[in-house]
Amino acid sequence: MSGNMNLTLKIWRQANANAVGGFVTFNVKNISPDSSFLEMLDILNEELEVKGLDPVAFEHDCREGICGACSLVINGRPHGPLDKITTCQLHMRHFKDGDTIWIEPWRAKAFPIIKDLVVDRTSFDKIIQAGGFISVDTGGVPDANAILISKEAIETATDAAACIGCGACVAACKNASAMLFVSAKVSQFAVLPQGQPERYQRVQAMVKKMDELGFGSCTNTYACEAECPKGISVRNIARLNREYFNAKLKSENVEA
Amino acid sequence: MIKLNAKIPKGAIEDKWTNHRFNMKLVNPANKRKYDVIVIGTGLAGASAAASMAELGYNVTVLTYHDSPRRAHSIAAQGGINAAKNYPTDGDSIKRLFYDTLKGGDYRAREGNVYRLAEVSNSIIDQCVAQGVPFAREYGGHLDNRSFGGALVSRTFYSRSITGQQLLLGAYSALSRQVGLGKIKMITRREMLGLVVIDGAARGVVARNLVTGEIENYAAHAVVLATGGYSRVFFLSTNAMNCNTTAIWRAHRKGALFANPCFTQIHPTCIPLHGEQQSKLTLMSESLRNDGRIWVKLKPGDKRKPGEIPESERDYILERKYPTYGNLAPRDISSRAAKEACDAGKGAGETGQAVYLDFADAIKRLGKKVIEERYGNLFEMYELITAENPWEVPMRIYPAPHYTMGGLWVDYNLMSNVPGLYVLGEANFSDHGANRLGASALMQGLADGYFVIPYTIGDYLAGTKFQAVKTDHPEFQKEKVAIDEMTKKLLSIKGKRTTDDIHRQLGRIMWNKVGMARNEKGLKEAIQEISDLREEFWKNVNVPGSAEDLNQALERAGRVADFLELGELMAVDALDRKESCGGHFREEFQYEDGEAKRDDENYTYVAAWEFKSPGEWALHKEQLEFEYLKPTVRSYK
Repeated sequence: MSGNMNLTLKIWRQANANAVGGFVTFNVKNISPDSSFLEMLDILNEELEVKGLDPVAFEHDCREGICGACSLVINGRPHGPLDKITTCQLHMRHFKDGDTIWIEPWRAKAFPIIKDLVVDRTSFDKIIQAGGFISVDTGGVPDANAILISKEAIETATDAAACIGCGACVAACKNASAMLFVSAKVSQFAVLPQGQPERYQRVQAMVKKMDELGFGSCTNTYACEAECPKGISVRNIARLNREYFNAKLKSENVEA
Repeated sequence: MIKLNAKIPKGAIEDKWTNHRFNMKLVNPANKRKYDVIVIGTGLAGASAAASMAELGYNVTVLTYHDSPRRAHSIAAQGGINAAKNYPTDGDSIKRLFYDTLKGGDYRAREGNVYRLAEVSNSIIDQCVAQGVPFAREYGGHLDNRSFGGALVSRTFYSRSITGQQLLLGAYSALSRQVGLGKIKMITRREMLGLVVIDGAARGVVARNLVTGEIENYAAHAVVLATGGYSRVFFLSTNAMNCNTTAIWRAHRKGALFANPCFTQIHPTCIPLHGEQQSKLTLMSESLRNDGRIWVKLKPGDKRKPGEIPESERDYILERKYPTYGNLAPRDISSRAAKEACDAGKGAGETGQAVYLDFADAIKRLGKKVIEERYGNLFEMYELITAENPWEVPMRIYPAPHYTMGGLWVDYNLMSNVPGLYVLGEANFSDHGANRLGASALMQGLADGYFVIPYTIGDYLAGTKFQAVKTDHPEFQKEKVAIDEMTKKLLSIKGKRTTDDIHRQLGRIMWNKVGMARNEKGLKEAIQEISDLREEFWKNVNVPGSAEDLNQALERAGRVADFLELGELMAVDALDRKESCGGHFREEFQYEDGEAKRDDENYTYVAAWEFKSPGEWALHKEQLEFEYLKPTVRSYK
């Protein structure tokens, strides 16, 4: 078809966590501009498979920008050149015939590489397990309308809750800080009435776990916000800092 | 001979669940920690079940093939979740939700199950709000509702267009809390490849560690499958790329009956195909039909752009055919109407395989700001994918495989015919009959997980005498050997075709012959073609790499091997059901106006299939009885 592209890909390949990785060059031909970036990688992988070669491992699932499974640093930017989308939502019409595209995994101490472009993000789950919830058992809760929540609060909470846990914020940050991810969850519950009882305990527990897991410190470069596919605002980080400070000031239960 | 007993409690429909809860045996709180339960899958059903059972005190082990439990495909549901709260006081009630759901399913679901679903729906909303799920609110702080297809009331709770994500993150946070407390052992990147049945009961699973390739054994007193649906049998669907049938299919091969496999839902509002390189289809939320109007060209072959076609030369197909429900007609009916129009050459765009979904009137009536508030991110998503601006040009949409009402057969307690094997959410067949209404999948997943299984599993555990079973039991070894053999075989074929290539061909057979419209001739051809394709797969597929590390090609090949068996069963089931009902439309059985013609006299049954060998099944029938709602012709006119 006219308008289809031929491209050169420089893809990071690494056999396993302990192996030495490096860039490998591939060529793909006849890519439709309407194809998605991951469909382009599917085509590459099918070509490799039919030759009996190991396809490039990359993570993906919903392919509509919500599951948070896909990652990839494309030409130096997490989730590629467009703002506020995930890699799976990136289409080839944003590239030109003859382009060379560099594709790398997320790089952070807390996200070790498993194979090729696949990294281990269980550290995010561990932070949630440390306190990213409201402690409520199933059943025995009040009627949903018994808890009134202002439109403003629900909008702020939903903005924060839209985080998909992909880790682009960490990949974008020169310190590999997880502050945007942690602050989004802290904010969601800090502005909702349901979150109040555990408000100070929660922020302390999550920050402590984040530090333990080897994420870096936040130095306010805002790279995280710039690369976040869901546009999570750095204002959440400011709120986290306030919450954390208040926790130390007001809470009876201060963690060291 | 398997005898199916649905175990619907006796008594008035309003009292069944209440009485049943009283009659079930309880496990002493101090004894709960002596029971181990395995949950496979961490979507709405799996995560909510695992969290709730762990809260009660059971030892729960959860397995998922994802890197994190938060990735499960429930997360992609956009529009909302139904409940009979009747907050808008527009005439809703438990009874009406029950009625709408049963009618929506074209009277092919159990009354008892559906009533219970409607009954617990309100508790789900309460539970989610308590967890901090940010449902949309009115200015006064109360919860807001919207409408969905197949209902004349506003009963759908939502969070922008990310309701599934917010509900899943709610269940995920409950699950994470129990992981933190040590009551749940969360094991990621594991794919269940075999069910272990000992003395006739489910006692564990065998799973592949997707990073190291190791086959691992997990023993328990009960196994809960919450592994979702099988729409990926069509290759192109709205399901996530990793959605598959393997867990339920392997359980089916070990004796669990597969019920109503041909009941699949083709969702009317998806973004049309762009070409051969496409890997999946993207759904646009049904909520768009609240304000968008669906139309096609009146004259076949009209080549004009949509803006150039005057009102008088447009056919608003749903409004014309179904004036009462209009653009909110149920999914099966809307999909069929779209297909019919496109087949007649009235379709939109270059391919003609699309209908328009037009917001021009709504924008004029409500203003851009309101529409933006309601659907802003959906409009953005549409533009991102199609490079067309839906504020200026009407959206083009087309039906796509989306949900499977069929699944493993379960009784009222959600237990399959294999004792100790429970099946929840989309993976079972139980509540949606032949067609599911919008915003009911989230409801069912969470009903099963939060409010049904925590009760019913206790009855089984308390009432069963268990032999001690450890993972060194020979049945585990047997299962492992079978899996190793299959893996070895897949890696040794070294043929000429890729897994995806064969999967795509299977998808084309399914879409053309076991899709939106089916007939005897096509189904018979499909059975033969799928069987031939399966044979080709086992002779000519090329799966590279080794079994000892992360090998995504191997993962896909195993799943497609199972789809190649399931696809045939779907065609067999569709051939057996000589009637049209819900999503199952047999061209031979329709009224003159093209509406589905049900045959209640002969087909008011659940078709539960027993696996004999690949390509061979035995049919068991569970007769459906309707005491409260007598089946009538399902009209949305």
